[in-house]
Amino acid sequence: MLKTFPKGGIHLVDNKLSAGEEIKRLPVPKVVYVPISQHIGIPAEIIVAVKDKVEIGQIIAKSGGYISSNIHSPVAGTVTKLDKIIDSSGYKQQCIVIRTDEKNIANFEEITYPLKKEIDLNPQEIIQRISDSGIVGLGGATFPSHVKLHLKEDEKIEYLLINGIECEPYLTSDHRLMLEKAEEILVGIDIILFALHINKAIIGIENNKKDAIELFKQLAINKENIQVTALEVKYPQGGEKQLIKALLNREVPKNGLPKNVGAVVHNVGTVFAIYEAVQHNKPLIERVVTVTGKKLEHPSNFWVKIGTPISDLINEAGGIEEGVGKIINGGPMMGRALKNTEVPVTKGTSGILMISAEETSRKEVYNCLRCGECIEACPMGLEPFLLMNYAEKGLFESAVKEAVLTCVECGSCSYVCPSNRPLLEYIRYGKINAIKLEKAKK
Amino acid sequence: MTTAVLNSVLLLASLGLIAAVVLYAVSKKFYVYENPLIAEVEDLLPGANCAGCGLPGCKAFAEKLVNTEDIADLFCPVGGNEVMKLVSEKLGKVVAEKEPTIAVLRCQGSCDVRPKTSEFQGPKSCAISAMIYGGETDCQYGCLGYGDCVEVCKFDAMYVDKVLGIPVIISEKCTSCGACVSACPKGIIEMRPKNKRDLKIYVGCLNEDKGGIAKKACALACIGCSKCEEICPKGAVTMHNNLAYIDPVFCTLCRKCVDICPTHSIVETNFPPKKEKVAEKTEAKLTLEKSKIDA
Repeated sequence: MLKTFPKGGIHLVDNKLSAGEEIKRLPVPKVVYVPISQHIGIPAEIIVAVKDKVEIGQIIAKSGGYISSNIHSPVAGTVTKLDKIIDSSGYKQQCIVIRTDEKNIANFEEITYPLKKEIDLNPQEIIQRISDSGIVGLGGATFPSHVKLHLKEDEKIEYLLINGIECEPYLTSDHRLMLEKAEEILVGIDIILFALHINKAIIGIENNKKDAIELFKQLAINKENIQVTALEVKYPQGGEKQLIKALLNREVPKNGLPKNVGAVVHNVGTVFAIYEAVQHNKPLIERVVTVTGKKLEHPSNFWVKIGTPISDLINEAGGIEEGVGKIINGGPMMGRALKNTEVPVTKGTSGILMISAEETSRKEVYNCLRCGECIEACPMGLEPFLLMNYAEKGLFESAVKEAVLTCVECGSCSYVCPSNRPLLEYIRYGKINAIKLEKAKK
Repeated sequence: MTTAVLNSVLLLASLGLIAAVVLYAVSKKFYVYENPLIAEVEDLLPGANCAGCGLPGCKAFAEKLVNTEDIADLFCPVGGNEVMKLVSEKLGKVVAEKEPTIAVLRCQGSCDVRPKTSEFQGPKSCAISAMIYGGETDCQYGCLGYGDCVEVCKFDAMYVDKVLGIPVIISEKCTSCGACVSACPKGIIEMRPKNKRDLKIYVGCLNEDKGGIAKKACALACIGCSKCEEICPKGAVTMHNNLAYIDPVFCTLCRKCVDICPTHSIVETNFPPKKEKVAEKTEAKLTLEKSKIDA
């Protein structure tokens, strides 16, 4: 019997179409659009001006506070504009537009670093390097990674949990990275363990990635500090709180953090980025993105420079095919439909999914049957139908009492609702207003 | 037979009497004194319970009026100065006098001038749509058209025009309670002075994009050309983020800006049609300018 989290969750058809596709390098785009807010927290501050020449990896926007992140130039070229363009949030955001210098060979050289196992830096330097390199959680939440590693004196951590779950259907970027960069990821784990002064790490991988589980078990066979655990396939196991429950059987308290139960969670993508930053001083300027869709010619995984327009990726994977209803940034459950294909890839883009109109179109909404399916599906033990009603009527204070703020926005409730009610949209609306309310109280 | 009837009548009558005595005693014992002024003041108020004053209903407002010493910062927007004057006479307190205002929709982005570039399939609510993205058109500042404002209007002063796709405000019914202003997630509805005969001049656009982008998204968008700012003799027009704003305090309703606006994004309401002479004059001026440019 495989481990999993006990409360709620749903079983989805995983549709991992691109799982067998090796990660290819996408040609360097002619122009990159780098948004200054690619992470949770304060947007970065632009430190370049129009017509400035920039090098690969040069800081172009500086972290705007503690919970913020540096942004580096993904290409060598010239800053042509500081403009507002639509990003994956659906609104116009400040972007740095850089035209790639086609004569600069640095843009087209493919640098492969040799595996380096010895760690030269001390823990403080490691955390500083991670912060300087602009590394954020690459699982999708984009929380600045250095904040998670920075511990106060009274905080004690026991376990480092590595998230190789990738529970969203269709997405395979983490899976491929685990297969292709397993040794680097293990070194990355050592780095984080060293920085946190602990010696226990658990890698959690869902059982639909048997090859990755095998590979990691083999490589970690002589490593006592790293344990590999296969988990049952269940959505949303990749959620931080669900993963901790599944692996450690500990419950993160309401409004608490993983720190409170002695755990720190990092995604495999983040671990690889940390490896590259610490061992080879390479900032976060590219990531793996899955481009997929049932009717797509070549569902693929790409190494993509941050700021590449999504249209480039789609063209490389065979172009938009007929009958596409929505192009989604992220997975089908938590991703957001894009307004146009000029939206740039950001640090949080894990996949681009093309999904047919029949699959995505909304069905007619009926009244709530009080069947309780949503309550059974909710991994946080909430009552989604009630929270939706509160949000619809503007009773945000009651919603706060019913713990709307603990909602992880996984969308399981909307998925199972037999009346097709837009539960998640309203809960999210309630959540936004509840946060405003809480802020006003302070 | 008669005794049965008599018995039951007597029984019920005595029961009724006991209940009456109990009720009387309880009402005396638990009597809550309420200032009779409150009821009288409440009668003066419009009774719409719209919460436009910031309090939940007219009763609460009346209580506050009676119980507060200084009521200069309390105002009933629905009743306006007339009602506040009556309240002032009744209570012998000084009340604020405010210029009557009316809600205006600062977006003219109807379906014919602002093409749709995407489709929103989620719940038909402005609040939800605004949370998810900038809207179905390329203008992220404009009206979404699902009518959250119409839903909260207690005076039937608004409706979403099916052809235009944006709400229309019926001036005669609007009481300027402000419910729509707070319901609109985009902040499009503004309270502006009603002036004489409901004459108003305002910029019917909130687009802060650069001219070309704004114009592409909507034919009636403000492109930030500053022509209105230059021509305004009273300095009532200010430019901020590629967008003009007409300050009603300084505006003298001369309509110079309306004529000069190249995109017709400045709206005038309830003005009589212009005399032909004036129209000819501007036309002549325009042709003159044109010839100048040609030369």
